[in-house]
Amino acid sequence: MPTYSFFVNGSARTVQTRTDDQPLLYVLRNQLGLTGAKFGCGLGQCGACTVLVDGEAVRSCMMPVAAANGRGVTTIEGLGSPDQPHPVQAAFITEQAAQCGYCASGVVMATVALLARKPKATRAEVQAALAGNLCRCGTHQRILRAALRATGTSP
Amino acid sequence: MSRREPVAVSRRAVLAGGGALVVAFSLPLPGRGQQPPVVEKALGKTLDPTEVDGFLAVNADGSVSLFCGKVDLGTGLRIAIPQMAAEELGIGVERIVLVEGDTALTPDQGPTAGSTGIMRGGVQIRQAAATARAALLRLAAARLGVPAEALEVVNGEVRPKEGGQGVGFAALIGEQQFNLRLDPQAPLKDPGSYGIVGRSMPRPDVPRKVTGRHPYIHDLKLPDMLHARVIRPQAVGARLLDVDDTAVRDIPGVQVVRLGSFVGVVAPDEWDAELAARALVTRWSPASSLVGHEGVPAWMRKGPFDADQKLVGKGDARAVLASAAKKLSATYYWPTQSHASMGPSCAVADIREGKATIWSASQATHRFRRTIARLLDLPLEAVRVVYVDGSGCYGMNGHDDAAADAALLSRAVGRPVRVQWSRADELGWDPKGPPQMLALEGAVGADGQIAAWRTQMWIPRATANLPNIPLLGPADAGMAQPPGIATGLISQNGDPPYATPNVEVLVHWLKDAPLRPSNIRAPGKIANSFAVESFVDDLAAQARIDPVEFRLKGLSDARGAEVIRRAARMLDWKARPSPGPGGLGRGIAYVHYKHGETYVAVAMEAEVDPGSGAIRVRRVACAQDCGLVINPNAAMQQVEGNILQTLSRTLLEEVTFDAAGVTSVDWARYPILTFPDVPEIMIDLVDQPQSPPLGVGEAASTPVPAALANAIFDATGARLRTVPFTAERVKAALAAARRT
Repeated sequence: MPTYSFFVNGSARTVQTRTDDQPLLYVLRNQLGLTGAKFGCGLGQCGACTVLVDGEAVRSCMMPVAAANGRGVTTIEGLGSPDQPHPVQAAFITEQAAQCGYCASGVVMATVALLARKPKATRAEVQAALAGNLCRCGTHQRILRAALRATGTSP
Repeated sequence: MSRREPVAVSRRAVLAGGGALVVAFSLPLPGRGQQPPVVEKALGKTLDPTEVDGFLAVNADGSVSLFCGKVDLGTGLRIAIPQMAAEELGIGVERIVLVEGDTALTPDQGPTAGSTGIMRGGVQIRQAAATARAALLRLAAARLGVPAEALEVVNGEVRPKEGGQGVGFAALIGEQQFNLRLDPQAPLKDPGSYGIVGRSMPRPDVPRKVTGRHPYIHDLKLPDMLHARVIRPQAVGARLLDVDDTAVRDIPGVQVVRLGSFVGVVAPDEWDAELAARALVTRWSPASSLVGHEGVPAWMRKGPFDADQKLVGKGDARAVLASAAKKLSATYYWPTQSHASMGPSCAVADIREGKATIWSASQATHRFRRTIARLLDLPLEAVRVVYVDGSGCYGMNGHDDAAADAALLSRAVGRPVRVQWSRADELGWDPKGPPQMLALEGAVGADGQIAAWRTQMWIPRATANLPNIPLLGPADAGMAQPPGIATGLISQNGDPPYATPNVEVLVHWLKDAPLRPSNIRAPGKIANSFAVESFVDDLAAQARIDPVEFRLKGLSDARGAEVIRRAARMLDWKARPSPGPGGLGRGIAYVHYKHGETYVAVAMEAEVDPGSGAIRVRRVACAQDCGLVINPNAAMQQVEGNILQTLSRTLLEEVTFDAAGVTSVDWARYPILTFPDVPEIMIDLVDQPQSPPLGVGEAASTPVPAALANAIFDATGARLRTVPFTAERVKAALAAARRT
């Protein structure tokens, strides 16, 4: 069976999959027990499965695990915890920026990736960066406020 | 390699028993076979909603378990109902443990639908808490030898008002039953003394949701669980002719399950199940002949009809309209729409040894329990349905279908089975919000008020007392199910909420819907209000009266008038008739939800690019009076969600289908609102602490489409009467407006 090694949230992990086309999302959720990233569409259209690979936001439902070999993967669990949230997560908590929350992991990851590139992103820049992350509950306004809060801009 | 427990957080929190509001998930913990202690201990308790013990229990540590038949669908009920109970009991909300929707633990409080979570479910639990508080006072009076009137309940302790030694809940009744009927007359606290209700307390699930720790149904794992995919028919109603499993035979552990025309694959590995579903070759009978989405309006006019029904008949609308000097008429159409949940439906079932346990994101676990018992021919006592959060559903999406799929597959393979739908399954096969058509006629009198009004509706008629909509898997498997359709209450709010001496509302009930329907957020009311409040604007424009003034003139309900004034004020509304001078337009719409619940007015600013037909919504202002507000921040979040989701439905959404089935099966073909198109939103909640709490989950969605249509009319003079407001429809309406 193909074997892949990569870093997940800072720890070296080795996984085996029967086929080399298994998406990273399935490996994270089912083999590594990291269920924060969600399956939304399997088509790269909604962003619910977003994780960081070497700091870039990627759709883990579309990325074969083979493509992550030797790279560094950060999932939502690797950012922070309810007790010690990452600053972006803390901003989301302050703004209560989740309803059902199914899109939340992906939205948080995409926001973290943006702010790593543009720590002082504007509202328009956040809107553009999150254009590929769908939210059905209509939490957008709070998410935008949370992202701006995380930039240090008063929302 | 260790596997992380998906519910570890909640379990730790339960064990820690303090610090934050605890939500107990009665999920089995993989590898331990254990459940959170309060849940484990409570099994066997009464589920009687007329008993205090049905709803609450005092634990050994003095914390209080609440057993709630309503569930949090991402809606904030998880904080709001504990706030109501904590307030009434006299204990901190952080000492409440909430159990939701587990049929083995919670009373049947009906489906979490129709904005009834707080106004019915919460109010019922509040009354149980009030009854319990009175009992705690009596127990403490006996224990302390003082009259109950001299005692008060504070922070989980009953103590003399004068000061002195008190006694805690645990000492009074910890781990014992109240054995007390819920007293509908038990006195409630004066809202003026509230310290917990009315505060924007943070929702306990948000930290878990934004850190990836919140347990969703999709994350549940049981020992020996298999992953499954269901292969849905190639066309609606098609029968399975044969299955060729040659291509899947080399996938480890794969099993193909066929029951009539129901076919699924199960495998120990989820990706293997997915690969098997893709590789399995199935052959189906030819398609049934659906009308197709473009054929729906003509189909609605033609029937077959069940009956006509006059819902409102006041004065003589037809006669007055026939003799009116100036009469307007218009037809409005609302298309079939999907719940379009972000996560596809998912469920886990364990059907073995004559017992069934199902973990589901169902809005109605108790109802589904009865359905499953009937389908599997099991005694009701042998079936347990446990609610676990799903992706937001906004009505009945595929959650019950997926749970039935899992049940059929688990029974067939004798192991726990997790079914997850695909994106195409969800958009293609979730029961749909049905299409609606309305034809309106109206005339304004010399007094500048509506003199006569007539509404005709063409809508599918829901089957009376249908226990459950026919579910896909059992239908394909050839299992008997009570036939019928469900829609929610889709005929409400079809008449103007303004003084009108002559009104007729006539429903042409259709026997069926083009695609299997169900309730979708604010069922029917959104389309009806879209038509009514757009048409009110047309009448106001014809009479050359400002739209706000026109509405206020006909509105005697002070609470309704107040939300209209507040919404207009937020947009700095200047009185003048529509259309305006061009550029940025403004529109307003109002609803008294279901004719007797929440009051909402939405005002909106929008502009149109005449070249492209693109609509830009700038600002949305919403004023809402939903009576007593339990948690303002959570209520506002529902209002925001209503506004944005309904803008999405109005601007973008229509389920497209051909003769065989749904063709809008991904997010490219069923687009929804995205971040770049999010307007600024302003919300004003009217504070009504002395009034009963009303629903917030749906009402504010209702005026949104008409407010937008009215803003576009104000900006351009063009009137949009068909949803979604596509660029083509905008351009056609602009061209029509130029001609007149």
